Amino acid sequence: MTSAKSLHLKTLLLVLIMISVAPLGDMFLGKGMKQVGAMPGWELAGLYHFFFRAFTTGTIWIGIGLLLTFFVAYLVVLSWADYSYVQPASAASYGLIALLGHFVLRETISPLRWTGVLVICTGVLVVGHTHPRTTEHPSS
Amino acid sequence: MTMFVLYVLIVFVGTGGELCVSRAMKTMGEVTDFRPHAIARVVGRALLLPRMWAGVSLMAVAFFALLSMLSFAKVSFVFPATALSYATGALGGRVFLGERVTGQRWIGVLLVCIGVTLVFLGKG
Repeated sequence: MTSAKSLHLKTLLLVLIMISVAPLGDMFLGKGMKQVGAMPGWELAGLYHFFFRAFTTGTIWIGIGLLLTFFVAYLVVLSWADYSYVQPASAASYGLIALLGHFVLRETISPLRWTGVLVICTGVLVVGHTHPRTTEHPSS
Repeated sequence: MTMFVLYVLIVFVGTGGELCVSRAMKTMGEVTDFRPHAIARVVGRALLLPRMWAGVSLMAVAFFALLSMLSFAKVSFVFPATALSYATGALGGRVFLGERVTGQRWIGVLLVCIGVTLVFLGKG
């Protein structure tokens, strides 16, 4: 039987991995899609060329690699933790992005954005104080 | 109209996919071995489950919708708009996965939704 403390600890570790790689993946995807250009419309031929361009862009693949790492960590943590716990907890990545931007990249962060980060962190702390698992495993 | 369709795909179809994946992983049992080959084996076994494929397919649809939206809409609009998925996720966890979403967890989810919106409103 896993103790509540070790359950919290390993959930925290996996969430930390998730929140570290997901923002980087999103950043590379966003950058890559701007290189690809705007979506042409809903015509099949246009969509085919649009996604072909997207999947032949190196930046997109770096983003996909980072998001795959996120996905594996996500699958592992969901093997024991509630979805309604993991999903909001992973929002801590927004706080990490702001802190990195401010302290590493020396970006100016608006007061409204700092307020948002503070509200997210409070929300994550509130969710983090609930038990990560409230259901029994179907397999148990 | 395009924006609305993409929004529905990102928020509701994406959440549906994550709920399917979550359900599939619960049937696998708790991962206790964290060595890379053991994790690879768990992921491989999970990929044999139809529910996992349903979830991954729905998430892929949401992912393509997100890529499409990011190609013409500002990131500072897209992410606050999709913050609603935290609320739909908590609701889905309760309704479809039988999770006990306590008042405390709801408050946390609500704060995350508000916070994500503020972060991106304050981006400009």
